[in-house]
Amino acid sequence: MFDVSANLKKRLKSERRFQILCITAISFALIFVLILFLNIFSSGYSAFYKTTIAIEVDYSQVIEDTSQFATMSDDEINKLDLFRFSKKSIYSLFPDIEDRKEKKLLIRIFSIEYEDEIKQFLIKNKENINKIETVYLTASDDVDQVRKGNYPRDLPEERRRIKDIQLEYYDILENNGRVKYVFNIPFLTRGDSREPELAGVGGSIVGSFLTIITVLILSFPIGILAAVYLQEFARSNRFTDFIEININNLAAVPSIVFGLLGLGIILNVFGLPRSTPLVGGIVLSLMTLPTIIIATRASLRAVPPSIREGALAVGATKMQAVMHHVVPLAMPGALTGTIIGLAQALGETAPLLLIGMVAFVVDVPSSPLDASASLPVQVYLWAESAERGYVEKTSATIMLLLGFLILLNLAAVLIRRKFETKW
Amino acid sequence: MRLIKVLILTAFVSSFFSVSSFARDTIKIVGSSTVYPYATVVAERFGKSGFNTPVIESTGTGGGMKLFCAGVGTDHPDVTNASRKIKSKEVALCESNGVTDIIEIVIGNDGLTLAHSLDANDADFTQEQLYLAIAAMVPSPGNFNVKLIENPYEKWSDIDPSLPDHKIEILVAPPTSGTRDAWNSLIMKKGCKAAGAYKLWEDAGEKAKKKCAVVREDGRVIEAGENDTLIVQKLAEDPERFGYFGYSYLLANEDKIKSAAITGILPTLAGIQDYSYPIARPLQFYVKKAHIGVVPGIEEFLAAFTSENAMGEDGYLTDIGLVALSDGDASDIRARVANLEVIE
Repeated sequence: MFDVSANLKKRLKSERRFQILCITAISFALIFVLILFLNIFSSGYSAFYKTTIAIEVDYSQVIEDTSQFATMSDDEINKLDLFRFSKKSIYSLFPDIEDRKEKKLLIRIFSIEYEDEIKQFLIKNKENINKIETVYLTASDDVDQVRKGNYPRDLPEERRRIKDIQLEYYDILENNGRVKYVFNIPFLTRGDSREPELAGVGGSIVGSFLTIITVLILSFPIGILAAVYLQEFARSNRFTDFIEININNLAAVPSIVFGLLGLGIILNVFGLPRSTPLVGGIVLSLMTLPTIIIATRASLRAVPPSIREGALAVGATKMQAVMHHVVPLAMPGALTGTIIGLAQALGETAPLLLIGMVAFVVDVPSSPLDASASLPVQVYLWAESAERGYVEKTSATIMLLLGFLILLNLAAVLIRRKFETKW
Repeated sequence: MRLIKVLILTAFVSSFFSVSSFARDTIKIVGSSTVYPYATVVAERFGKSGFNTPVIESTGTGGGMKLFCAGVGTDHPDVTNASRKIKSKEVALCESNGVTDIIEIVIGNDGLTLAHSLDANDADFTQEQLYLAIAAMVPSPGNFNVKLIENPYEKWSDIDPSLPDHKIEILVAPPTSGTRDAWNSLIMKKGCKAAGAYKLWEDAGEKAKKKCAVVREDGRVIEAGENDTLIVQKLAEDPERFGYFGYSYLLANEDKIKSAAITGILPTLAGIQDYSYPIARPLQFYVKKAHIGVVPGIEEFLAAFTSENAMGEDGYLTDIGLVALSDGDASDIRARVANLEVIE
């Protein structure tokens, strides 16, 4: 007789060993994810805040009677030349400074858009502007980085971008309560800029959105139709086998190849404009299509034959059986596949580099035919810039990108949970 | 229902096949990653003056030339940035595609900067020493003018006892970049000649200039990609590492890295401007004359780029590391812009 209990201990032991091994593997994966997230968050969260410094602006020096501003259009105010006036307003922080060089250094504490910010404040409050107003101006990235502790103060002066005297001014302003640390809204709404304190991801968020919409419009109908035909209608022969193999192959093609295809055919043959979300979308659709087709076919296959047969039995045509019964039941699976495909497309960089979406674009795009960047490419661009201020912006953009990806994947999971039917 | 289907179909088909010639009202710029920081700053300011902000792609000088020379018309870029002069081969390529009238505009100078970590001891090299450290084939140390052998040097001090006593490790720019081209002509070619290898290659019937620029592949020389910020980080990590890039990257990162001297001279604004710093080079961009008047704003953009405010001695480009042209050169360039003078 074979005794089951003879080596039971040994077998149980080996099972425990196996489990420990598995748990270690999971912990390793988790630790890596955690380190990645911590690293990115710790260097990126500060980009969502910016340093501002209050100055007093005497608008009555522009027009004696400040109530007249209310009668001016925004355009007229924008055309006013407030350059020298703005400079004077800043100088009034430290009226004792005479030296030209020191004055210049004082101005450099602020971002180069101080004139524009003083104007925008005027436009926003033109209805009831007081003679003297307190306006918060964005600080330059050097000051901002020092405030955030990302730039060392204790180096010898000649090795620092920010000078001793500027630090001195800044400390005085801080002690007077003029420095305010506020949420950086422009970071989310503006396009790229060469001044780190002014650069925003708004342009690339819109660019990514337009690209993804193009991918959706192109690849969803094509993918679903192809999958339905191949799964439900196509006769099984050499030709359909050939197509099927190729779709599976396509799913495994490295994305950069699609970029080359886009460059060679969509840009050079069809002559669509470079660097645009339309072209980006077309290229990424090629990449997303196989994912959608494969996922849709899998979920069509999972619909039990009894449903088709039931419909056919009561006299439905094949198309009616498929469109009225099978496809609706397979839809959750198809949608999940589509969303995962879109998430992939959202994070894709390589093909976009080849079709020129890796450009410096300041204006936020308003249509798929405008030049634009996208989120992953923005990460790439900022990672390359010399100025220190871009380090946190890079991490913050990665945070946003990860956020969008998590949202998309969450949507996929929720849809599957809600509509999934067990047969 | 049917109408909608037809509409969607036509929209698809037309979006795929609407061939060519989108009218463009935004200037398109491609080219050098070294000029990119300067061009983007000018573009951004230019965008606030009422024109669309030009779109700039950093493709490297070589890649930019290829795009630039592909043809005339709004499908092709208007301007390409270059960290070296246009090659005659590229002029020929341009010509064969109908791009004939090209305007060259020099915007300033840049010093190639060989840098290393602040923690390292100061270093000083000659072109010959750098060549001997980097090249794949060097003259045999024993019989100097006779034979080329594979690079035997492991430490800098093997080349010359006065050099640092540690391993040779240097990060170089990729072959498509203008920075690498400039490095090849200013360091490798000169060093090669000084070491006598140039003549040996010629005697062997090889293309000496090309052969001199071939770098060793035993891990001492590392190709680092176009990302100069990454190079800065890598230099800060290891004090025995060297790397090179444009002067602006040194200025922006002086809290982490410092420059090594070349033949005893450190890069300074003055030294780069009058070329007494031995590895200074001009930065420029090229414009298609045929596009002026077709794409709005090109002339104004050229004027803005070459204005005193931008590339002048006190201009905003010098703040981020551009070394201004001398007054005479600058006024020549401005005259060239005013008359839209093309290169021969």
